[in-house]
Formats: sequence, structure tokens, C-alpha cells
Amino acid sequence: MSTPSASTHVPGTLESALRARREAGHKLLIPYITGGLDDEWLLVLEALAGAGADAIEIGIPFSDPMIDGVVIQESSLQALARGTTPEGVLADLSRVDVGVPLVVMTYYNLVFRAGHARIAGDMHQSGVAGAILPDLPLEEVGDWARAADAADVATVLLVAPSTPDDRIGDICARSRGFVYAVGRMGVTGEQAVLAESAREVAARIQAHTDLPVCVGIGVSTPDQAAAVCEVADGVVVGSALVRRLLEGVGPDGAAEFVGSLRAAIDAG
Amino acid sequence: MTTKTPTSQAIMGDPGPTGRFGEFGGRYVPESLVPACIELEAAFRDAWTDPAFRSELDAVLRDYGGRPTPVTECGRLSEQLGIRVLLKREDLTHTGSHKLNNVVGQGLLARRMGKRKLIAETGAGQHGVATATAAALFGMECIVYMGEVDTQRQELNVFRMELLGATVVPVTSGSRTLKDAVNEALRAWVASVEDTHYCLGSVMGPHPYPWMVREFQRVIGDEARAQCRELLGGADPDFVVACAGGGSNAAGVFAGFADDTSSGLVAVEAAGGAAVTTGIPGVLHGMHSALIQDEAGQILEAESISAGLDYPGIGPEHAHLAELGRARYVSAGDDEVIEAFRLLARTEGILPALESAHALAWVTAATGRGEIAQGSTVLINLSGRGDKDVAQVREILRGRS
Repeated sequence: MSTPSASTHVPGTLESALRARREAGHKLLIPYITGGLDDEWLLVLEALAGAGADAIEIGIPFSDPMIDGVVIQESSLQALARGTTPEGVLADLSRVDVGVPLVVMTYYNLVFRAGHARIAGDMHQSGVAGAILPDLPLEEVGDWARAADAADVATVLLVAPSTPDDRIGDICARSRGFVYAVGRMGVTGEQAVLAESAREVAARIQAHTDLPVCVGIGVSTPDQAAAVCEVADGVVVGSALVRRLLEGVGPDGAAEFVGSLRAAIDAG
Repeated sequence: MTTKTPTSQAIMGDPGPTGRFGEFGGRYVPESLVPACIELEAAFRDAWTDPAFRSELDAVLRDYGGRPTPVTECGRLSEQLGIRVLLKREDLTHTGSHKLNNVVGQGLLARRMGKRKLIAETGAGQHGVATATAAALFGMECIVYMGEVDTQRQELNVFRMELLGATVVPVTSGSRTLKDAVNEALRAWVASVEDTHYCLGSVMGPHPYPWMVREFQRVIGDEARAQCRELLGGADPDFVVACAGGGSNAAGVFAGFADDTSSGLVAVEAAGGAAVTTGIPGVLHGMHSALIQDEAGQILEAESISAGLDYPGIGPEHAHLAELGRARYVSAGDDEVIEAFRLLARTEGILPALESAHALAWVTAATGRGEIAQGSTVLINLSGRGDKDVAQVREILRGRS
């Protein structure tokens, strides 16, 4: 096993926090919500932390979310219709301290438009410890990743089931915080059955890095989360939670669902 | 007709492994699609230097597509405008637009790569019809993503695609036009990349598409240049004008003139979707290019009479040509486009696609302003025929009276 990422950089805030959880014997549960979805979204954030989230992923809505399925598309449009902006989401986040690391997920154009150094600095000021930019693959990530490193914002890179092994090592070496394992070849969205690729890709990544490996995309239920965590270090659950929020379950309902994920993972 | 192989020094040359045209281009796609883009680039590089592939492509374009298309000298229109107007007649290509050049190339390439299925986005429906045609010709399955708004504007093209055996999926997300159809096609490709080729319709998207599609469309420019020289006693036209949404017909015709002629290259965007003239640099649909967007970077909806130009971006090489100053980017509004449509119909007996009518509208206006001097020779790329637009034009003209 090679561990290039561990040997070539000083772990940042996100990596340190997630490693500490892992070393304490926890699997990592990272729920996703869309920032600025409604008036209650910060209450939801607090509720998720209280329900056992180890970190929380916050989507900054973009007009053209091309790796997202219908649920996240709808939540993005709803948030944008309320006038949600990247600045607004970060300003909201700066007003809360939920006690777990926050990771933003958005599309590169918003970051490019704001300017790398400026928005990386704003993220850090708002208490954001990491960023996932799914349309910024390894070959294009350099300029952003340097600015993010300088601001202690971890650039979390993705590895997909289609990624060849020789490429996985390069991606892991440049990824910070954790490695995001794409669970299935498809866009975000709930799946009745966990794809076989979810556990396979996690295992393949683990052969290249000792960074935490968390599986997202297509993980929807407590059983699926538990199954993934038999192999992976953690799991990201987005659409299944956001759908419930769109249906109006509110902070309590969100906490109940995330609590059920937590219980299943911990029992597994 | 042989197509010259460009060098990396050329203005419109090989963008190299990073797919950069100056600062523009690149490959901004999710990791799931990166391996497929790398595989496609390698397959295209291999095919494009393989004489057997080239001769098969040339043969299909000749025997099936009707190439070479003629250059028509417009006697009555020229007299009326006081300039010499030449039309490159892509409207005479099988399926009625230049889109066939690209889909035949990509269809042959997909087959060579062992893919069984083609997916495509379409705006006006021309690229969808062309892709459905290529799929039928090569015996492949075909799914076309089309904005719901466009399926209504271009109902007959939907039926055409279905007749050709394709499935048309109306896209109901976002603005329900071309940009959303691209999003949906990319989403579908992520889930099917193993056996499916994404037959992208313009010089946009992630590397290698902007380069590959330009190379498949270069045949327009290479033919036109030789034809113009024959007509003009060895000279090149003063202006080469084409409409641009994503910009594939413009890129194709410009490619024949950009490097070693002094012809003025002019791309005409729809006024409501003028990415180069009103947009700013950004990243969308896998490419770094000029985009119409707001302060925060949210993409804005383009608005045009012509579904084929209803796109908030433009191919990255165009952003580069604009920055270099090798091509000019201008726009035409809906009203002048309708007038240009009627003008060409009445003076030359040719109904142009509303997209192509943008090029003529600018030529007419620029001649009126003296920007195109009297006596100039102007080659307009007539990228498609207007039959698909007749019902829409009738409604507009009825609404006026």
C-alpha cells in the first residue's frame, strides 16, 4: 500500500478531524443538504450534527447541476428561486457553529467567477473545512487546489467506478480531507438497490491511500449505508435526505432519518 | 476533396492533450466521464490519421450526404445589396444542414470504438435529426434529449427523429431548451458510458469535442475555399460570415480560411444569446469559454427566435479566435433575421434556416452601414434550410398583421 497523500502534506483541519473519528472507531456519516433551501436550513444543519453526523456536506446551488439527479436539481432550483447565492450561503454558515466539519459542494463556475483565492478565503472565514467541485477533475484542479490549500480548505477529489487504477493513485495524492468514492456510474439520486460498484470502488481506492474513503451517489437507506461502511470509512447521503426536506419533514424529520443512518452504520 | 491536416502552429490547429485554445477549452467533467473523454480523444487521433477511416468518411459524405455542396452566386441579391454574395450550400446536405458532416464522422468513430448506442442533445432538432439519421445508417440505437420548449417549437423534427427510429426525450429541467438538453445528455452519458457514444452536436463540451467536431466540419471550409478560388480567379472572399450558437458551422467554414487567407471572419450570434459579445469567461458543459451568466456565475437563459442558437455559451475556440482578433463576433436581432429570411426567399428562391438567416441579416445591415464596402465579395455559410421554420415564421408574420 502506498500512502502518497499522507507523506506529502500536512493534514488540514478536515483530514485531521475525520482521521480522529476513524481512529476512535467510528465510521463517518456525512449527510448532504442544499444550502439556502428554505428558512430553516441552518436549523436542519444543527439537527444533523445533533443526530450523529461526523461532517456535513452543503450544496451551494448552481443553475446547471450536471452530475445531479432530479431531487438535487429541484432543491437547487428552489434555493436559487429564493435568491440564494454563494456569498449568502457562506454568510449564513459563518453565523453557526455546529461542532462538526463543514464541506461545501458546488460547481466550478461559481468558484471561478468569485476568484479562487477570494472564495477559498471566504470559505475558511465561514468555517468551511473542505470543498467538493465535481466538475473539476484532476487535470484541471491545480490552480484552485493551491488556493484552497493555502486557506486550509480541503479539495476533496472524486474517484469513479470508471477510473483506471493508475489514475486512482494520482487522484488520491492530490485529494485532501478524504477521497470521495462515486458509488455508481450515474448522477446523484436514490437507488432501490446498492450498486455492486459502491463497495468495489471503495476497496480499490483503499489500496492507494490511507486517507478516509467515503462513498456517495446512490446510497439511500440505512441498510445501504451500513453495507457500504463494511468496506469504506464512511458514507455520503444526499438525495434521500433532500427529498425528505423537500417533502417538508423539517429539522426533526431530518434528524430522525440521519439518526436511523447512524444507528444502522454503528450496528453494522 | 482532401482535407488538409493542421499543424499545432496553425491558428485553428490541434489543441494538444489538454484541449486548450489559448486559455479556453479544457475538460471540466466529473471524474466518471474523464476516462471516456480520454478514450475518445485517443480513438479520434488514431482514426483521423488513418487513411482508411478518412476515405470511408469521405465516401459516405459524398455518396450519402451529397458532398461536395455547391457555392451559389446570388445574382439578384448581389445586385440589390451592391456586393457579391456567395452562399456555401450546406442546406443541400442530406437532412438539410451541416450537422450531417459531424454525425457521420462521430457515427463512424463510435462504431470503430465498438459503441452500440448514440445519444445526442438537440436545440432546433437539426442535430437530433442528423444523429438519428446516422444511427439508422449505421444500425445503432439512438436517444435524443431535447428541451421541452424546443419539442413544441420544432414538433415536426421530433416526428422526423421518431420516424428514423430514435427515441426523443423531452427535457423538463431548467429553461427547457438546448442548455438543459446538454445537461441531460451528459447525465445520461454518465450512466451509459460503457456502450454509448455521446454524439455532441457542436464545437463545445469537454476536450476532444470542440476540436473533433471542428475537424469533422472543416470539410465545409476546405471545399468553400477551393470553390471560391475557382469562382474568384484565385482570390479569397473579403468576408466569410456564419451564424454561431455553439459555433460548429462557423468553426467548419472558418477552418478553411483562418490560417492563410486575409478573409475577414465574422460569426453572427443571436442577440439574445450573444456569448462572445455580452458574455464573460466561465465554465459550463465541460469547457472554459465565454458564457452568459450573472454576477455569481449562475448561467442565464438565452433567448432567440431560433432554437438552434438558444445557447448561453459558445465553443471555446471561438472565444479564443475572438481574443486573438482573428474572427469578429457580432449579433443579429429577431426582427432583422425574419427580414433576411424573407429577402433570401424572394430574391434567390432559397428558404434559409432561421439560424443561417442571422448571417445574412448581419451582412445586409453591415452593407447598409458601409461596414462591408460596396463591391466586396462575401461568402455566407448557409448552414441549413428553412423548411423546419416555415410554420414558426408564418405565425410571427401573422402576429404582425
